[in-house]
Parts: sequence; C-alpha cells; structure tokens
Amino acid sequence: MLEMKGITKRFPGVIANYRVDFDVYPGEVHTLLGENGAGKSTLMKVLYGLYPADEGTVLVDGAEVVLESPNDAIEHGIGMVHQHFMLVPTLTVAENVSLGLKSSRGFLTDLAAVSQKIDELSSQYGLDIDPSAYIWQLSVGERQRVEIIKALYRDARILILDEPTAVLTPQEVDQLFVTLRKLTDDGRGLIFISHKLHEVLALSTRITVLRLGEVTGQIPVEGATRESLATMMVGRSVKLKPDKLPSEPGEVELDISDLTVMGDRGLVAIDNLSLEVRRGEILGIAGVSGNGQRELAETIAGLRKAESGSITVGGVDVTGAHPKTVRKAGLAYVPEERMREGAIAGFNVWENLLLIDHGSKDFLRRGLFDFGAITDYAQGLVEAFDVRTPSIDTPCGSLSGGNIQKVIMARELSSSPTVLVASQPTRGVDIGAAEYIHRRLIDKRNVLTDAEFIQAKLIEHRNACTAILMISEDLDEVFGLADRIAVLYEGRIMDIVDPDTATREQVGLLMAGVEPETN
Amino acid sequence: MSIDLSKRQRRFLAYSIPVLAVFAALVFGALMLILLGADPIEGYSEMFLGAFGSGDALIATILKATPLLFVGIGIVIAFRANVINIGAEGQLVLGGLFATMAALYLPEMPAIVMIPLVLIAGTIGGAIWGWIPGVLKAYYSVNEILSTIMLNIVAVQLMAYLLRGPLIDPAEIERGTRIPQTARLAESADLPLLFGSDRFHIGPLLAVLCAIGAYYLLWRTPLGFRLRAVGLSEHAARYAGIPVRRTITLALTMSGALAGLGGAVLVFGGESHRMVTDGSTLGFTGGAGFNGIVAALLGGLHPLWTIPASFLFGGLIVGGQALQRAVQVPSALIVALNGLVVIFVVAADRYRATLLAEDGRDMVADADDEGGGEASAASSGVEPAPRGTDSFRPTGTYDTGDDR
Repeated sequence: MLEMKGITKRFPGVIANYRVDFDVYPGEVHTLLGENGAGKSTLMKVLYGLYPADEGTVLVDGAEVVLESPNDAIEHGIGMVHQHFMLVPTLTVAENVSLGLKSSRGFLTDLAAVSQKIDELSSQYGLDIDPSAYIWQLSVGERQRVEIIKALYRDARILILDEPTAVLTPQEVDQLFVTLRKLTDDGRGLIFISHKLHEVLALSTRITVLRLGEVTGQIPVEGATRESLATMMVGRSVKLKPDKLPSEPGEVELDISDLTVMGDRGLVAIDNLSLEVRRGEILGIAGVSGNGQRELAETIAGLRKAESGSITVGGVDVTGAHPKTVRKAGLAYVPEERMREGAIAGFNVWENLLLIDHGSKDFLRRGLFDFGAITDYAQGLVEAFDVRTPSIDTPCGSLSGGNIQKVIMARELSSSPTVLVASQPTRGVDIGAAEYIHRRLIDKRNVLTDAEFIQAKLIEHRNACTAILMISEDLDEVFGLADRIAVLYEGRIMDIVDPDTATREQVGLLMAGVEPETN
Repeated sequence: MSIDLSKRQRRFLAYSIPVLAVFAALVFGALMLILLGADPIEGYSEMFLGAFGSGDALIATILKATPLLFVGIGIVIAFRANVINIGAEGQLVLGGLFATMAALYLPEMPAIVMIPLVLIAGTIGGAIWGWIPGVLKAYYSVNEILSTIMLNIVAVQLMAYLLRGPLIDPAEIERGTRIPQTARLAESADLPLLFGSDRFHIGPLLAVLCAIGAYYLLWRTPLGFRLRAVGLSEHAARYAGIPVRRTITLALTMSGALAGLGGAVLVFGGESHRMVTDGSTLGFTGGAGFNGIVAALLGGLHPLWTIPASFLFGGLIVGGQALQRAVQVPSALIVALNGLVVIFVVAADRYRATLLAEDGRDMVADADDEGGGEASAASSGVEPAPRGTDSFRPTGTYDTGDDR
C-alpha cells in the first residue's frame, strides 16, 4: 500500500538518508530499526511531509504522490504518532482531535459528534479514552492513545509510530501492542520505529535496518534474532584499524572522584563515579547513549554543575570552575554536537579556529586583529588537519560534517592540551561514506576517510602524551583506539576492561547493565 | 523561490532591498497624498528640497540624523550579540540628564576639559540604563525587550521629575511659567561649531567616528569577536569558554552608552543649550530612540551602512516637515509616512535574510566543487526547520533545558 523508493535527504553538511527503499503492506507491522541518528526519524518526516526529499519517490496504492505538508500525508491516509506528543494540554481530548479539521457545523464546533466518534474508535480498539477529559489530566500512555485516535479519526490507513514505547511503562507497552494488533487486523499498515530489539521481535512482521542513513538489511521477523539485528544495526565496518604503539601511561592527568551530577530532568545522571586518565593513554567510554556520557563530558568541561565529588585536570582542582578556567588548566574538549556546541555555523573557518585563542597576543597588533598572523596560523591548521574548504573565509556552516569536525579537532589540539575529552569524535562523520569511497576509487586521492583521519590524530596525540577521554557509542572505534575501556551504564562505571583481551560480547553485556562475574 | 538568480544578482538584490522598501513606502505615501487631495509629485519634490536642497537643509538633515546614528550604532552592537535593545529612548534621556547635571554642578572649567567631561557623563548615564537590562537578561533571564521598554517609562518619569523639580531653571519659578527645562547650561560645555556655521557642531563628526570605531570593535578586536560569537551561537561560545553572561551585559551597556552619548550631544548641540521636555520622551529625543532602530535595520545592521541610513532617515524627517508645509497636509501624515518606512524596512529585512541564506547554500556547492570528493559527509548537526508544521503544537513537555 505504500512504497518509498530511493529516498535521499541531505541537510547542510549531512546526508540523513541515502537511497532508502521502504514499503508497507496492509495488515503488517514493518519496523524501522536503527541507532540514534541512523536516519529513521528523517525518513518518517519525509513520509509525513515535514521534509522534502532531495531524491526519490513515494507511492501510495501504486500511484506517485507529492507530500509537501502533513495535510498532504493525512489526505493520502498517512498518520503519525510523534515521539513528542502534539497535543494542547489545556484542551479536551475531543477538542484536540477536532483541531484543524472542518466542522460539520461551519464556524461552530461540533464536539458532540466528535466525541461520539472518539467513543466508537476507543471501544473498537480498546483505547479507553474519555473524550471530555483534559489532556493535562491524562497519563503519558493515555496521551499517546489520544494521538492514535487523532490519526484514526483522520482515517489513517498507514500509521507511523515514532518510538512509541520510549515513554511507556512495560504494562502500557503491552496494552499498546494489543491495540496495534487490532489495527493490523483491520488491514492497516503500521510503521514501527524503535531500537529496542525485544519489542521489535515481539511486534513486527518485517524489519528494515538503517545504519548511517542507509538500509543495511530487510528481513522477515521469522529469520531474525537479536544477534543478527544487532549486527545489522552496529555493522562491521571495514575501517582500517589504526596503527598503535603500546601505551606507556604516565601520571594521572584527569582525576575524577566520587562525582555525582544531575541530568536536565533533575534525575541523577552520573552516580558517584570515579575515573583516572593517565597521560599517554586513551580511556574509551563505551555505553548506550543516554547513560550519562553527555553529563560526564559537560561536567568535566565546566559546563554543568557537579552535585558532589571533584575533578582535577593536570593536578588543578577544577570542580565547578568556569569553562575558561578549566581550559586554562589544560583541558581541550570536542563536544558531542559539533554544529551546536563545537562550532559556529555563521563564523568562517578562521573564526572558528580562533574561537578559544582569539585573545592571544600572537594574533593582535596594537589591540586589533593581525590578519597576517591569523591567516598564517589558520592556513597552517587547515593544511595540517586536511580541512577541505574553499578558503579560510568560508562559513563553517557550509562545510561537510567531517570537515567541521576537523576544524574543531584542529582548534582543540592546537593548544597541546594535557587532557582531551572527545565526545563521539567520529559519529556521523563518514555518513554516506559509500558515495565517498566511490569517488576515492575514481580519483585515487586521499587515503583516509575523515573518521579515519580524526582517529589517527587522536592516536598521534596520545603518543605525544595527552591524556584522552574518548566517549563513543561506536564499539569498533572504542576497541580500535582505546587502551582501556570503561563501560558506562546509568551513570556508573560497570567495569574497566582491556580491549586486547575483552570480547565485544563481554562489553555488550556490561553496556546492558549486566554485572561482571566476580573472578 | 522559483526565480533562479546568480549569486551576485542575489547579493545585489539583498543589499538593495532596504532602499526598495523605502521606495515602496513612499509610493504608499503618494497614494495617501492623492487621497488627501495633494499633488504627490509637488509634495515629494518639496520634501527632497527640504531635506537635501540647500546648505541649510543639509545641515538640518545631518543634525537630525546624528542622534539616530548614535542610537543606530548601539543597536547594531547589541544586535550582533543577539540582544534587542528597545531602550534607546530611555538611554538618550539618561545620557541627557547625566550630562546636564554634570554641566550644572561641575565648577566652571575651560571648554577643552568641560566638553569631554559632559560627554563622558552622558555616556555613563546611558551605559547605566543599558547595564541594568543587561544584567537582568544575562543573570536573571529577563527578556531584554520588555525590560528596556519598561526602563524607557522609568526614564521619562525621572526626567519629568528632575526637570520640573530639582533641575528646573530658577527663572521659570520666578516667572511662574514653570516650563520643564533647565537653565542655560555652562557656555564652556557648548559643542564647538564647524565651518563657521551657527549650528553645525561636532556631534555628527563624533557619531561618524563612533560608527567607524564600532566597525573596528566588531570585526577587528577580540571583544567584538566574542560579541559576535555569542550572538551567533550562545552554546558554542559557552563551550569555547567565552564568558557569555558578561558579554551580553557588556553588549547592552555599550549600546546604552552610545545612546547616552547621543543624549549628551542632543543637549549641548541643541540651539537652546539646555535640556527641555514636554513631559514625554519625544519632547527631548524627537523619537530618535526608535527611529535609530529603523536606521540600523535600514543599514543592514552594519555600523558603516548605518551612517547613510541615518542620513536618509534624517532627511525623511526634515523633508517631511517641508512637505507638510508645502502641500498643507496634516502633520499626522508625516508620522504615518515614517511609520510606513519602518514597516516596509522591517518586513523587507526578512526577505533580505532569505536571499542571503540562499547565498550560503550556494557555498555548500562551491565547497563540494573545490574541496573535491566531499559531497556527502555528515554530522549530527543542523537540521533546517521542517517545511510545514503539524496542525498541533508541541506541548513542550519534553523540552530539555540546560541547567547551566
């Protein structure tokens, strides 16, 4: 009933979807599986008319359709239950459902008729929703059911469920699945987005796996196991394993003890954590994202308050210090979100390279910028880090993700830091690498991809005695680069293992919160 | 956009848009003139002559443009740090008051000492009136648009109180007329006149110097670098260790300081050489605090372009009076005409930004061509806003705020 062919969606510097094919048959649950940032949500936003696709076509019932807005999508029977609900809390269920729809009574609302239909839908699919209740009175699970009713009210035959279980309790998940099965029995097609493998196996008819914006596999649920799905999600990349001398760890340069940090929602994100990173080693932090990685990095960098505990950088206590002070103590920081935190899109390459050191006397003459010195410096870094940019006056926002990351790396490493915290240093950097590798074969330039280049730089600086804390969700990267691997789970270090002796399965279990066996 | 334009054409169009907007506003104004039974061609030619047609007219225009320029530069600086300062009216008033008090209470001194002192006093007055909303925004997250508007109201009351009470000209009390104005201020504080004119003082020169200074500040100094960094991305600036709060406070303080200096120039460059009000800010500033914002927008929020923009806007005000006299239309029409210019310029600004943004997209293609083989790397980075929006608004329940 639905077919998406060759969907490619580019954002400035990013390819979110690359030639993705996806289809849905009546009465099935087709799951879209992939890690965060794999391009699932983007693909669905294209289908729901929120983003225009750069390439590719969408067919509904065999006919090509143009989806320029959610209204177009709704018209073609496509409904979406968003991850973050689109409901007005101060209105009732019936009012929310009727929002944006034509009333049968012209200018007057027609809530009685709407309520009656909601009651019908509610009992038909076991949704148990009172149309006159206010949204703010409802639990999260109930609000989600209102979203489903909203879509059904608009006669959605294809229903997109974007991570519907992320916000639910296990009991609510069971109830949701019952409802969803009733919907498929009716011949509706469901698109289920998730990265929880057991739910996917329980609910799906077919599974499509996305990785780095590309489809890595499509299998019926009968042939799928947790292991096979996980492999498709994470992938076995063909990256070169970086050459690495054995590490010769020196003194402790980054010392974190008994650190407790609250997350944005006021819950404990880092729970009494202690870590040491020595000069000349890379300590890799592995873990599923959302287990405190972000909070840990931000607290070290002085961007987040610690509830208790202490952090020293190069022997200086920097607990609670301003980011500037922490940097003075010798910390360099490559943040997770490079466009939001690492670089300024509206600043050009040299400005981004000088984001930290712009006050240095080396770049000033009589209080004004010395553009001669700045150009030499920036040009030097651009060459040393192989940043592909038309010039140092090009705005960073128009560079590719890999090149932006190289600009950030160049800036952070140029200060010869004693401690480097690098969050997801290569995540998303090589998305669309297939296209890139093709070009590489043709013009034989350039031995390393951007990610490989960045990894090589990390090793180079570790050999030059920087203490590196590398946070990464990419197990290949952690195993390839780290000298020790600490596994973070719910804000605690589960264990620290040696990458040469530990297996991926062992680390995987730790990442899932399974306590190591005592030996 | 369906029309394909080359990059250069787009850029040209982008930069000419503010001028086109003024032109469009004048066309609307012509329609109003016709409706009022006046001849628009005669009206506009009188307007042009009144603003630029003679030496005297030019001087009047330049003097009118001067406070606009001071305010406009301040607006540019604040805006570059992503701070919107609507408080220039109040800052002009405070500048005027501080400068006036300095002239009233300082002992008699030679002009070479006195003039800088009163100007500095005015600058400080405006700076304080910018610093307050700056601190409120940076440290207490108070919206600066609201706080600056509120401070305008406070400033008017303060001015009315001071000029009717403690600072009032004793002669006014004797005569019993009680016009809210100060006595003739110390002659040594009069701004020096140029070119043998009887009213063309050094104020405009000072304003132009400030504009050039602001240009250097923004693009050639570390401080300006930080201002722009904070303005473009508070997040990235904070991650890089830039003191964001201090920078925001400083941006509003500097913005206020420039308006304050403008206020001092209004007092000591004025023909009566005293501070006068009619009980509203307009009586003192002539609306320069608001018109200066428009001048800054008209100048593309660039300190140097704000110079001709202020001149043009000054001409519009001076010429408007000539138009009114010539074709005998109500003075409200001139206010309406200024308002039209404001609306058109502000509305067109968005279009200009769109054009320049497309310019940016072009450069992605450029980078691909010249960089070689880079078409497709990716980042976790920017996602443009979705094209359409759902018929329902997000509840914001899952908003992830930063706690620092």
